[in-house]
Parts: sequence; C-alpha cells; structure tokens
Amino acid sequence: MSTTVIPHDLEPHPLTGMYNGKFGIWLFLASEVMLFGALFSTYVLLRVGAPPGQWPAHGSEILNVPLATLNTAVLIGSSVTMVMSWAALKMKKLGAARVWLTVTFLCAGAFLVVKYFEYTDKFSHYQVWLNEPIKVGEHEVTTIKGHLTADCPKLEVSEKNGAYSVTEHVMITPDAEPGGHAHGEAVKIEASKVKRISNFGPRHSPYLATYFTMTGLHGLHIVGGMVVILYFILTGGSIWKRSQEKYTNRIECTGLYWHFVDLVWIFLFPVLYLL
Amino acid sequence: MSHHEMSVADVKKHVRVYIGVFALLLVLTGVTVGVSYLHLSIGAAVGVALLVASIKGTMVACYFMHLISEKAMLFWILALCGFFFLVLLLVPVITVHDSVGVH
Amino acid sequence: MSGHHDHSHGHGDHGHDLPFWRKYIFSVDHKVIGCQYTFTALLFLFFGFTLMMIMRWQLAYPGQPIPFIGKYLSDDIAADGVLVGDGYNAFGAMHGTIMVFLAIVPLGVGGFGNYILPLQIGAPDMAFPKLNMASYWVYFCGGVTMIASFFIKGGAAASGWTSYPPLSVFASSGQTMWLWGMVLLITSSLLGSVNFIVTTVQMRVKGLSFFRLPFFVWAQLVTSFLLLLAFPPLEAAGVLQLMDRLAGTSFFMPSGLVYATEPQNQLAGGGSPLLWQHLFWFLAHPEVYVLILPAMGIVSEIIATNTRKPLWGYKSLVYSAIFLGFMSFIVWAHHMFMTGMGTTLSTFFQATTMIISVPSVIILTCLILSLYGASIRFNVPMLFALAFLPMFAIGGLTGLPLGLTASDIHLHDTYYVIGHFHYVVAPGTIFAIFAGIYYWFPKVTGRKMSEFLGKLHFWPSFLFINAVFMPMFFQGMAGLLRRQYDQTEQLHGAVAHGLTKMSSYGAWLLAIAQLPFIINFFYSMFAGKKVGANPWESTTLEWAAPSPPPHGNFDKTPVVYCGPYEYSVPGKSKDYCPQHVAQEA
Repeated sequence: MSTTVIPHDLEPHPLTGMYNGKFGIWLFLASEVMLFGALFSTYVLLRVGAPPGQWPAHGSEILNVPLATLNTAVLIGSSVTMVMSWAALKMKKLGAARVWLTVTFLCAGAFLVVKYFEYTDKFSHYQVWLNEPIKVGEHEVTTIKGHLTADCPKLEVSEKNGAYSVTEHVMITPDAEPGGHAHGEAVKIEASKVKRISNFGPRHSPYLATYFTMTGLHGLHIVGGMVVILYFILTGGSIWKRSQEKYTNRIECTGLYWHFVDLVWIFLFPVLYLL
Repeated sequence: MSHHEMSVADVKKHVRVYIGVFALLLVLTGVTVGVSYLHLSIGAAVGVALLVASIKGTMVACYFMHLISEKAMLFWILALCGFFFLVLLLVPVITVHDSVGVH
Repeated sequence: MSGHHDHSHGHGDHGHDLPFWRKYIFSVDHKVIGCQYTFTALLFLFFGFTLMMIMRWQLAYPGQPIPFIGKYLSDDIAADGVLVGDGYNAFGAMHGTIMVFLAIVPLGVGGFGNYILPLQIGAPDMAFPKLNMASYWVYFCGGVTMIASFFIKGGAAASGWTSYPPLSVFASSGQTMWLWGMVLLITSSLLGSVNFIVTTVQMRVKGLSFFRLPFFVWAQLVTSFLLLLAFPPLEAAGVLQLMDRLAGTSFFMPSGLVYATEPQNQLAGGGSPLLWQHLFWFLAHPEVYVLILPAMGIVSEIIATNTRKPLWGYKSLVYSAIFLGFMSFIVWAHHMFMTGMGTTLSTFFQATTMIISVPSVIILTCLILSLYGASIRFNVPMLFALAFLPMFAIGGLTGLPLGLTASDIHLHDTYYVIGHFHYVVAPGTIFAIFAGIYYWFPKVTGRKMSEFLGKLHFWPSFLFINAVFMPMFFQGMAGLLRRQYDQTEQLHGAVAHGLTKMSSYGAWLLAIAQLPFIINFFYSMFAGKKVGANPWESTTLEWAAPSPPPHGNFDKTPVVYCGPYEYSVPGKSKDYCPQHVAQEA
C-alpha cells in the first residue's frame, strides 16, 4: 500500500472545518439533491400537465397511508440510532456503537420489508379500461379496478415493453365502492371490449410510474446504506484498533448519508402519499 | 463548535437533543398525516405538507447532520445547490402553460 | 492557510515496491490515473473521428461503397460497403456521444485535471486516491458499454447524442446500452468532481491562497462544480428513459401517441417529451462549459509562460469563470426555442444567453491582451494556444445568432449549428488539449516532444480543420439541414455540393495531419530530448517537482510565496519568479 500521507485525512481544515471525507460526503449529498431534484421536477411537471382525472386527487386513493406512516417512523428511528452510534463512539464505547449500528441496520431492513408488502399489493391489483361502457351491478362503467380471479386466463405479456393484453377474456372481481358492501361477483369481460389492462405497477399511470421510480431509487439508497452499515458493523473492531478517530469519522460520514436518505423520505412521503 | 474535540458531557448533551428532535419528528409526522385527512383545498394541502416536511428536513439536517455547527463555506455550497434545485424544480413546469401551439 | 503538511514528504520511493498491476493498472497514484485517462480518451477521440470520416464519405459520395474499410463493416451498418441509413444514424449518435463524454471531458478533466491539479497546488496526491481509481474504472466500463453496443442486435444507439424521446424509447436495444453507459459515465464524473473540489479546497500547500491559484486550477474547480450539480439530473433522466423502455412507463410518452402508424394504446400516456429535453439540456448546457473551461485553463498557463508576462486581468479571469459557471445553469432552454416553448420563457432564456456571452468575451479579451507588448516564444504549445483564441472566438460569436430567438428560427437544426459548436470544441478545445500535451509532456516523461514534428502537426491541422468546419456556416445559412443521410436526395440525385466535398476532404486530410503527432508522441516518449524539472522556465508549482514526479510528487513539500504568474518582475536577475522560491525583499 502506498504510504503517501494525505493532508486533512483526519484533521479538519481551518477553512471548511471538515476533514476530507466529511467534505466529500457533503458534496456527494449536494449532487444527490440534484438527482432527486430532477425526479421531483418530473413529478411537478407531469402532475401539473396531466389531463383532468388522470392523476389521483389524493395519493391515499391508491397507496396505503398507514403503512407508509409506520415506515416514516421506522426510518426516523433509524436516523436516531445512527447518530446514537456516533455519539457512543465519541464516548469511546465501541460495543454500544455496534449495537446502535445493528439496530439501524434492522430498522432499514424493516423499512424494506414493509415496502415489499406495499409493492406486491400494487402488482396484484388490476385495472381494466373498456372500449364501451358495461353494466356492473347498477352502474354503467368504462373502467373496473379489482383483482383477477383464480380461473382468469393468463394475460399475454408483450416482449417489447412488458405491456399486458387479454387473449380471450378476463375475469375480475371489482373492488368495493367506498362505503359500499364488500367484493361483489367476478365480472367476465371479452377481449374485444378491453381497451387496455394493467396492474397498479409503474406502467399503470404517470403517477404510479413516478411513485415506483422515486421510491425504488430511494430503496436502492437504503440498500446501499445497509451494505455500508453492515461493513462497518463487521470490520468495526479492526478499524477501531488501528485508529479510533478514523472509525468514528467513517461512522459520521455514513451517518450523514443515512440522514440524507431519511431526509429524502421525509419529502417523498407527503408528496407521494398525502397530496 | 467543532466536533473534533468533544468531552463526554458534551456528547451527553447532544444525545438529549437527539431524543428531543426524534420526538418532535414523530409528532410532526402525525400532524402531516392528520391534516391530509381533512381534505383541504389542493393549494392549502400542498402548503401545509411542504411546510411540515421542510421543518422536519431542517431538524434532521441541523441536528442529526450537525449542519448547525458547520462553517460558512458549506452553507454557501448548499445554498448554491438549493438555488439550482429550485430552478430545476420550477422552470421546466412553466413550459406546461407557457407554450405556443397545442395548448 | 494550514500548516500540517510537513509530515507528507519522505515517502517518494515506496511506489517502486508495488507489483506491476498495482502500479500501472489499478494504481491509486493521480499521475498514473491521469495518464490512463489521457490514453483511453485519445483512443476514443481517434475512434469518434473515424466514425465521422466514414459519415463524411457518405455525404460526399452518397451511395458509393466506402473505400478500404467498407467491406469489413457488418451488413447492418454498411450493405455491400455502402453505409446504410441506420448505420449513418448510429454513427452520428455515437460520434457525438463518444467525442463529448468519452474523449473531450475525460481528456480535459480526467487527464489534465488529474495529472496537473494536485501538482499545481503542491499536494502529494488527490484527497481520495481510491475513489480516483474507481472513477477511472467506472468511466472505462461506461466506454466499453458504449462500444459494445455496436455489436448487439440492432446496432448502437441511433437517436442522436441527445436521445430525444419518444423515438429513442422505440429505438433498438442499443439505446438501452447507451443509457446504461451514460449512467456509468455520469457516476464516474461525479466521483471525480467530489475528489477535485475536496483536493483543491483542502490540500493547497502553505501560502497558496485562492487568489494565488493558477487559473487552470480555478477552471478545474468551476468545472467540478458543474459536473457535481448539473450531471445528476441527466442521470435521473437516464433512469426515467430506462423505465420507459424497460418497464413500459410513460414519463416521456404523451397521450394518443401513434408510432409507425400504430396507436400506442397499451401505454398510459400523459408523459411529456419536453421533460426529457429540459433534464437533458440542464446537464448538456453546463456540459459545454465543462468542455471549454479546462481548455481555457490550459491556454492561460501556456500564454503566461510563453509571453513571459503575468496574465492580463487575473482576477477578471477568475471572476468570469465563476460567473460563467453559475450562469451556465440557467441558459439551457435556448436549445429548445423551436419546441413550441412560449415567449415568456424564450425571452428569459434569450436574455440569460446573451448575458453568459459577456464573461466568455472577458476571458478571451484578457488572454488576447496578455499578448500585447510581449516577446512571445512561438513554440508548439504556444502555436496551438494562440490558434485556440480566434477559433474559440469564431465558435463563440457564431453562437449568438442561435441564442436569439428570431434568428434561431432560420438557423435551428442546420449545418450552421454543427459549425458553431464544432468551432468551440474541435479547433477550440481539442487544440487546447494538443497545446497541453506538448506543454506538459516534459513533466510527464522527462523528455520534450520534437518541435519540427510539432509544427508539421500544427500548420496542416490548423488549415484543414477550418476547411472542415468553415463551409458548414455557409451551408447552414443556405438552409442545409443536419442529420441528413443523403443530402443530394432532395436535389433529385445531383452530385454532392462542392462545399460538402470540401468539408469531407478537409476531414480526411486532417486525419493525415495527425500522423506527425502520433509519431512524435511515441518517438519522444523514448527518444525525445531529456530535460530538467522546469524546461519552459515556468512559475507554477508543477515545475517544482522532478520530471517525471515520483510517487508522492515533491521531494520536499513546497511553500508558496507569491502569485502564479510572476514573470519579468522588474529588478530581478531572472525573468521568472517561481511560486515556491522565496524572494528577498
């Protein structure tokens, strides 16, 4: 290994008050602001430009707000445990710091598990748009949301962009009307009457496309953070033995990143779920 | 204040702040969810949601990320970044309304 | 500034203990990484140039088999040796992409920035050596991804270097490779820019305050901020386009879209093609300054050294560069005047575009005034640097009619646009890069390049590069559109216009004119004239290190006593005062 000594590797620079790593991670976070900024810009432009009725008036029409609230609390909690780990290192308590890191890691895992349930719920929920109105119960409708029945023939998936199409007919159990009684009977719709069919995945609408892209990218940041945290849980002892200051600094930098991921979620949550 | 040299007492003071911020963040999360069930007009809803999110974000940045005790240079860089963020957020959307032809 | 650098010397020899692959392949030394960037980017430059030479054949001799290499190309690109339309589109898109993202930026920032910047601030290496290595290898993977796309089914991306949707979303899978490649390249730039900023701010040696930095360092610093803040939006846009292509979303797909007579009913619609253009140009306009600022930095160093005078208006140069960087974020939509954008936005972006020309002109004026009254050394680096000035001026000034909404209506999407930006980048930036290579070659190798071969390289290059691009202004003003596979088609099979042929011959002769450079480069590396640490009698810190600098750079960490361009100071015995030499009062 090279023995070149890099100035300010550990020592804060008098001008910035930061050692190199901390300054670097802040700059990286500034670029992350612009990355998510472009996605928020996408959200604003598509929402403002959406034809009437295409964008849900309220995210809770489609998404699960209680689960997301739980996830917000979990993520905020993980931020606290992260900063506690750093505080423990500042008090020279490596053992406590590793426990806090482990709790952070578990919170992050819990966040992803909840997200997994949210995602799979969307992927099994379908919407059919019809060429002409049909009668369901007492209403004439042009679109039906619901779950496909077990005996519904398999949908054809386009090789090019994964779009679904109906081969002969589709069997769908419509969702309950708000305030109405639970699931009615399954409706059978012939292929010729179906204009378009999609699950509530990214292709469903620009709203869900934005939702999946933003939360997906955020989720990748969580995964990245978990990898780093796990690395520092495992290697903590050896780095700490070499240089306590170095390990503390690394946990501080990891923390900065982790708090930023939390911060992004703090904005994603109201924007996607509550507006 | 620099974090480079910190006594145990200093750190303990910090920890109390973290707990307080944590509690405040949970309360604000409750507030923003609660307000969303009032179904305010879209303008008011956006205003409240962004206000609460900004307060929460500021708390995280200032206390968890210790921004409050950093030096001026970092503020300038982040301010620059914030300005470009706003430009990127607000200028493209103008084209939705300010265009000739189709609309 | 800080003074904890004294422990950073006395490590010079450790570099020799490393095995070959750690020393030259996966090296963490900024100098090796700088050379890796330079070599790789020069190869890409040559490759991108070759693509263009083949396109110029199709333009000059439409429908005729490409000589020499036509028979080796696949049928998808050239059937029976004749370039086909799809092949032409792919070559055009990849020429732009390769030249901008794989050649010029890596040369200016990755190559020169990596090698010279730490030396000029007296640092032993970059702040994050491992990150620096990662940055190069991510760039390398991005480049390989781009090149590999030529060999997959359907060929490389063919939607222009701008990749406008919706067409790019329907394009063959080469476009997906392009997007992955871009994500890698942007990631690489990001890692590099963080490294550059931290290094410049935190690792300047004692005495080197911000206003004692060489202008080259300033240019790199501003460039790094552009890379840091402007590139992520295109990364996001790349992800969105990948979603559109792979997950069937409609970010850029409007409602009621019909493609190749087929209504796209299975798409949700409601997207906006203009969104891509906003996000793309939010990156790509600052990108122009990423291309030009390092070039300005290189030229400033060479002009100061070879005029034996301080740069005229050093502070004006610095403030102009900073203002230029700032403004470059708020001019992007001047690329979009013809998209149906309304008059309010157009007027705003027209105004900012006119404003941004002011700092560019200040920089150019300072450099030209620096020549006034100087006893100029006309060596090869200086010739290239001097040629940069009028070439960049032509490129810049021809941009003004494009930035004005009224004249842009006529000139948009014509050869005039191609002429304009190529004058900025080709005889502008590439000449500056050549100047830099001739100027710093002695530092990197300890040997000088041949002056004779250098002049044999310069004069024909200068002549032919103008022959390539000057006709484009006339053709563009006459209304000739860009991106045409066969310009003669609308003229019912008439032969190609004389000016088109002139451009083509210019390009091929320009290629021949590069032979002296290639010979010179390799010959001088092994047999050039050996020189000492400071062959040009220059003042900045890189010349205080041995040539070539060892691992860790300086024998003894230098201390800076004066500004960067103390040439011909009255009353001194020598006509230059190096920054690291204390001057007696």
